[in-house]
Amino acid sequence: MEMIISYILAIVSYMLIDNVVLSRFYGICSFIGVGNKVKSAFSMGLAVTFVIMMATLVCYPLYFFVLVPAGIPFLDTLVYILVIASLVQIVGLFIKKNSPTLYKTLGIYLPLITTNCAVLGVVQTNSDASLDFLTSLANGLGTSIGFLVVIVLFACMRERMNGYNIPKAMKGVPIALITAALMALAFMGFGGMVG
Amino acid sequence: MDNIKRGQHKASFLNGILKENPLLIQVLGLCPALAVTKSLETAFGMGLLFTFVLVSSNVIVSLLRKLIPEEIRTPCYIVVIATFVTIVKMFAEAFLPELYSSLGVFLSLLVVNCIVLGRAEAFAGQNGVFDSFLDGVGNGIGYTWAISLMGIIREVFGLGTLTIGKVFNFFGEPIKLPILKFVEVTFDAATETYERTVHYDFSISIFQNPAGAFIVLGLMLAIMAAITNHKKAVEKAKEKEAKLAAAAAKAAEQAKLAGGAN
Repeated sequence: MEMIISYILAIVSYMLIDNVVLSRFYGICSFIGVGNKVKSAFSMGLAVTFVIMMATLVCYPLYFFVLVPAGIPFLDTLVYILVIASLVQIVGLFIKKNSPTLYKTLGIYLPLITTNCAVLGVVQTNSDASLDFLTSLANGLGTSIGFLVVIVLFACMRERMNGYNIPKAMKGVPIALITAALMALAFMGFGGMVG
Repeated sequence: MDNIKRGQHKASFLNGILKENPLLIQVLGLCPALAVTKSLETAFGMGLLFTFVLVSSNVIVSLLRKLIPEEIRTPCYIVVIATFVTIVKMFAEAFLPELYSSLGVFLSLLVVNCIVLGRAEAFAGQNGVFDSFLDGVGNGIGYTWAISLMGIIREVFGLGTLTIGKVFNFFGEPIKLPILKFVEVTFDAATETYERTVHYDFSISIFQNPAGAFIVLGLMLAIMAAITNHKKAVEKAKEKEAKLAAAAAKAAEQAKLAGGAN
């Protein structure tokens, strides 16, 4: 029971307190780029969630049962990025065949996931901190749900901002960054929630 | 011919520094810019390592550009970049341990940095080796000065001091410049206690937090956009003036002609 609670706490802490976008700064590019429409933000979040979980599942055994015994743990980054790139490719093919509508919604965002730092960031921190398998999964799940929550909230705010009169120089990315700053301030309130 | 070539070299070098600055104009590579700019030195160190990766990957990609098949070029580029990132990681771990620990995972994340991949796609894959080298150096300098400026702003406003020599500790003791905050610590030998005297302290700790990173970058981008907008407006006004002047001259000529006919 205690184990389960500690994993749930880990997920919550990775999701809200140490939020992937607002305090760890992973995946800002897609956060700013995609987060102006709720629908596309939601699909992007789902796709990222899926790829992060798959990558965690594949890279953990790869690191501990292949790279470490072979004595080449320093090649981890190289291996991870190849795994992620091929995973994204496979996921893309799979979705294209089975659900053309979803493929259409995800569209250009799918290949972009390869270069989303959130995926590589999660996998790399897992092996850098040598977390055990379940904690790695908790990290992956918490991070990706955190990404999903924040990108959807952010998209809601930016959709509302469309009608407002914003100074010309602040339009686009600058005001998005200021909005993100206010969100980060709000998320600081979660700090210290999990001891 | 030679002049044209020289002009091209100059353009590929200078474009990245200001006119097409990767961070401030093209708005790429936001993740490291936000994450490693807590202090000037980490930002500068990141900039240096980033420049090395960018230049080397540009050169190699440019050398291999005729060998790499069009369809699988992105994975090939990623492998080249990842190789150099691994080299940089090992170098930093060995010689700059302070920098390595403060950059953390963001050193590995250079692999998926949009600027490195973007330059390989957009420039090095189509241009010669020397131009690609210059493009890498120019973009590297552009990115380095932009994030160093961010680092200065965040460190000075957030901590109140500017520390030099802590990460690059080859020159003896680090120097701490009291700019917005000056705290003197004196040791009292009689009571064996440290006494802290705060002379002045105007630091705002929010600049050290994630929120501060977003605010600083947002304002910097806004200022850059304002400058670009202003330049465009001035150019437009100049064009309009020139047009008006030309029209006036034409009208005067026509009037003269008409006068001559009379």
